[in-house]
Amino acid sequence: MLKDITLGQYFPGKSLIHRLDPRTKLIFLVVFIVALFLCSGWVSYCVMLFTLSAAIVLSRVPLKAFFKGLKPLLFILVFTAVLNLFFTAGEKPLFTLGFITVYPEGIIRAVLMLLRIMMLVMATFLLTYTTSPIALTDGLESLLSPLKKIKLPVHELSMMMCIALRFIPTLIEETDKIMSAQKARGADFETGSLIQRVKALVPILIPLFISAFRRADELAIAMESRCYQGGDGRSKMKLLRFKGIDLYVFAFAAVMVAGVCLLKNWGL
Amino acid sequence: MDALILEETQVKMAISVENLKFIYPGVDDTPGITVFESLDLKVAEGSFVAIVGSNGCGKSTLAKHFNAIMLPTGGKVYVHGMDSSVEENMIPIRRSTGMVFQNPDNQIVANVVEEDVAFGPENLGVASPAIRKRVDEALKQVGMYAYREHAPHLLSGGQKQRIAIAGIIAMEPKCIVLDEPTAMLDPQGRREVLQTISALNKDKGITVVLITHHMEEAALADRVVVLSKGKVALDGTPREVFSQVDLMHGMGLASPDTVELCHALNQKGFDLSLDSLNTEQCAQAIYDALTC
Repeated sequence: MLKDITLGQYFPGKSLIHRLDPRTKLIFLVVFIVALFLCSGWVSYCVMLFTLSAAIVLSRVPLKAFFKGLKPLLFILVFTAVLNLFFTAGEKPLFTLGFITVYPEGIIRAVLMLLRIMMLVMATFLLTYTTSPIALTDGLESLLSPLKKIKLPVHELSMMMCIALRFIPTLIEETDKIMSAQKARGADFETGSLIQRVKALVPILIPLFISAFRRADELAIAMESRCYQGGDGRSKMKLLRFKGIDLYVFAFAAVMVAGVCLLKNWGL
Repeated sequence: MDALILEETQVKMAISVENLKFIYPGVDDTPGITVFESLDLKVAEGSFVAIVGSNGCGKSTLAKHFNAIMLPTGGKVYVHGMDSSVEENMIPIRRSTGMVFQNPDNQIVANVVEEDVAFGPENLGVASPAIRKRVDEALKQVGMYAYREHAPHLLSGGQKQRIAIAGIIAMEPKCIVLDEPTAMLDPQGRREVLQTISALNKDKGITVVLITHHMEEAALADRVVVLSKGKVALDGTPREVFSQVDLMHGMGLASPDTVELCHALNQKGFDLSLDSLNTEQCAQAIYDALTC
């Protein structure tokens, strides 16, 4: 049951998208999302869809993974589509069902909204699927480093993220072990009312927390004995460096935003 | 004679514990727990020393003194000549003496093997290409180079512990202290780790302090120190120490199985020497006793 958690799942690979600097991918994702919200008409949506499809094909990540990731969002997607379909007013009603009137504009809007949300989510997936968690935290640390000037603990935050990611599988394993131990002693997690089931979780969470604190204590000692003293004076094995290909991506991002703005002006 | 004394003083000490006193402070009114009253111990550079003792005799507490994680309540601990109670010495001491702990899961920081090995050198501010070189060399030394891009949680216990050792080697220490590194491993993992440790001592001349409660592991060392009630009870080569079977039993410890077997046979009227530390020697000794 706990094995299904795919937090920030990474598909190792050597494709063009994998080789991009994590910062490039992060910046491009932000630009892509902004551009997505600037879109208004069919043509501009097609431009965005084409960009995303090209990136997905280039990444060589199986398309199935993207749709699998969309599944938990099914409710929101349907909800948004239905709302837009029924509550968009236009000039000529297509048909009327009781108190609901559907306009052609409503259909168009529903489809476009659906596309917008799907592209938003899939673009984010593309980032986590093609970037290892370590590269991602390194990229974030590097991008946020100007904030150090206003005393934001950027290094500490990225270290925390890195350790959290490192310990997710360890703690999942531990939870499984504790659950088995409690089951062996007759604990019941599957039946009973919601409140009863929540109560049954307490004997799992308490040992889990205690062991997590113990682990944290040991890890802190191990880190200290390896001369860890915070971010000052630390070096990095893998330095982030923008390459030629990253420049092309930035140029493309600029063209994409300019194009979408122009299309918006022309009302497309 | 003079030359001999001169030679002896020239042997450099990796760790020198002088008159160590350590008390775990008590909470509020409860008195603290005294671990060491007055302990003296010297570890020569390049040697392989095993420290054994029953539970609660202060093995781990002593190990943490070697790395300036714990500081003496009284007396002094010198690590490569540096006084551990001086704050400026803390980082140089930790640089010169690395520490490997019992649970491999709780000492791996990163979620990629090579990134974890790089953690130590990164903390020391080593330049990027040099870190790459150190990491590759350290991983090759522990035989885990092929796994450099793996996630640590998918490796076996022995492999994880070797990664932890590589993480220490990459800092290029002169001495490594291992606190029960095999306690959570299966026999296969234990063998892997012990081979790695022995190779580091023999090939690279790194001083190794191995804390363990497996006597078979301690038998691999050049010198065995038995701690009991916060004092050095026995100190010598594995043969010297383990042949004192009755003394060992008195401290709640046992000698390696082979020595125990010879000892038990002696009580039934045999006359075997108590210095066979492996199965072949033991079998030979019994064979000789039976045939002549």
